[in-house]
Amino acid sequence: MSQQPQRGTSGVARRGGGAGRSRTPTVPPSTRRRGAAAGPRWVAYAYLAPALVFFVSFVLVPLFRVVGFSFYDWNGIGAATWVGFGNYARMLANTQLHQSLIHSLVFIVTFSALPVAIGLVLAAILGRRPIRGMAFFRTILFLPQVTMMVAVGVAWRWMYAENGTLNQILRFVGIESADTAWLGSFDWALPMVGLVGTWVMFGFCMLLFLAGVGKIDVTLYDAARVDGAGPVREFFTVTLPGLRQEITVAVIVTMIAALRSFDLVYVTTGGGPGISTLVPGFLIYRLAFRAGDVGAAASVAVLLSLLIFTVVLVVSRLLREKE
Amino acid sequence: MSSRLERLTTYAILFTFTVIVLLPLISIVSVALAPPGARVSGLSWPTNPRWANFSDAWQIGGFGRLLLSSTTVAAVVVPVATVISVLAGYAFGTMRFPGKSTLFSLFLLGIVLPYEATVIALYFDLSALGLTDSLLGLILPEIGLFLCFGTFWMRAFFLSTPQALVEAARIDGANSLQILLRVLMPLARPAISTLMILFFFWSWNEFLLALVLIQDPALRTAPAGLGMFVGQFSSDVSGLAAGTILVTAPVVLFYLLAQRKVIAGMLEGAVKG
Repeated sequence: MSQQPQRGTSGVARRGGGAGRSRTPTVPPSTRRRGAAAGPRWVAYAYLAPALVFFVSFVLVPLFRVVGFSFYDWNGIGAATWVGFGNYARMLANTQLHQSLIHSLVFIVTFSALPVAIGLVLAAILGRRPIRGMAFFRTILFLPQVTMMVAVGVAWRWMYAENGTLNQILRFVGIESADTAWLGSFDWALPMVGLVGTWVMFGFCMLLFLAGVGKIDVTLYDAARVDGAGPVREFFTVTLPGLRQEITVAVIVTMIAALRSFDLVYVTTGGGPGISTLVPGFLIYRLAFRAGDVGAAASVAVLLSLLIFTVVLVVSRLLREKE
Repeated sequence: MSSRLERLTTYAILFTFTVIVLLPLISIVSVALAPPGARVSGLSWPTNPRWANFSDAWQIGGFGRLLLSSTTVAAVVVPVATVISVLAGYAFGTMRFPGKSTLFSLFLLGIVLPYEATVIALYFDLSALGLTDSLLGLILPEIGLFLCFGTFWMRAFFLSTPQALVEAARIDGANSLQILLRVLMPLARPAISTLMILFFFWSWNEFLLALVLIQDPALRTAPAGLGMFVGQFSSDVSGLAAGTILVTAPVVLFYLLAQRKVIAGMLEGAVKG
């Protein structure tokens, strides 16, 4: 791969350069608009070469290798045996995968649906007029987005601890008996970890929507008001349609985050108690690097990638075609 | 509704959500300052805050080394990935060549591809090459992953530059490299600085790759080291909290200094990506 651009450079250079120069005066500007900022054709490949080398070596080849791994029974060290679709059959019948996918659905609600809903409501309330001190609130509300997930996880472990802040608040409001270790509970661990996703994502959604509200034509709001629309109808007839692009983006970004979640689960619960917070990303890690079942890990990895591609395609189609 | 009441509601709502965001963060700061052996509970400001917890955690967790590794990785990844993204974005944004749309959709695929998947192959193939357990083994894949978005981002910028500028420079006899360096780069400065900020955050906060590709404790990056620290010292709540703050402080400080640019960049980055 790395030889390709070099060969092009030496061989085609003279021809390309010469042709470019002699052609310049005869080609009308309109046809060279995007083509020729840069002269001969091979030049584009020279600019692309470093990106392609890295992309092929560290994205494309690993992707193909993972697909390859998924057809073998391999413990990571010894010899690998071809098993065809055996790993897929085995994993698709595996409760751990089923459970982790169900948990992903819960995460889609808490990482995606809730933050988008909260963000929309907040943007609708806050977006209509300038607010003094907004820069301060923006800075705080966006803070969870830039904090590393590992640190977020540590902070929330403490919130949810037996003697942590959440129980302290519950006792403060009158629930004297509040002493649940939230992350150790089979019933509570999953929704509680999921809600951390809401905490991380809602500020991002809100600021995205606020920026979008600012771009909506003010006359649309005036028209709605003339028609006698109240704040609720105004929201559904003007704000919501006006934010279509931002909503699409927010849904895609947050759903990918939900499906890929790994850091948060690793730090807060390690998938437990039992497998009650196991998610696909963590299942892949566990199978490949703890259980030595690389083939199975690879098959889950391929399935997860396909799932994410499908979600991105479907969501962008659905939200765009309604126009 | 009177406008006064409206304004009050607005602030009440903003204030509530600000408290929700700050609560876990302030809780962890209060825990980090608790004296050892004290029964800490929830959010309670210690009567005699013990700042030495930070220096203890610094030593026990070896956070100096962790921060050094993270800094080294970011110091290489950010400029290299940026230069490569600018070059590739320039090609996609201003030139015509066979295979352009196919190549471009490959890069788009790279943006949504979960590297939870590819990390398996990266680990086994890089360790066969002897590249795991070295910072280089983390730097190279990070560059490969980041440049997908970077290329996309820079292409969007170059598509938005006025074509007349390029035409004029070319008539003056400038070649493609001169056009890029002398004509377009000065215009690209805001787009490039946003990209570098994004790369810095991604690199600094990267967890899974660092966890898997670097097993050697001496070379771990800050998030991976913190992840390990969680496992080892889960009973030492104060030390863990102090370590978390040490590791997070550099990015949070950077964010507070450049918050306008960071927020704008991340929102714009999401919309374009």
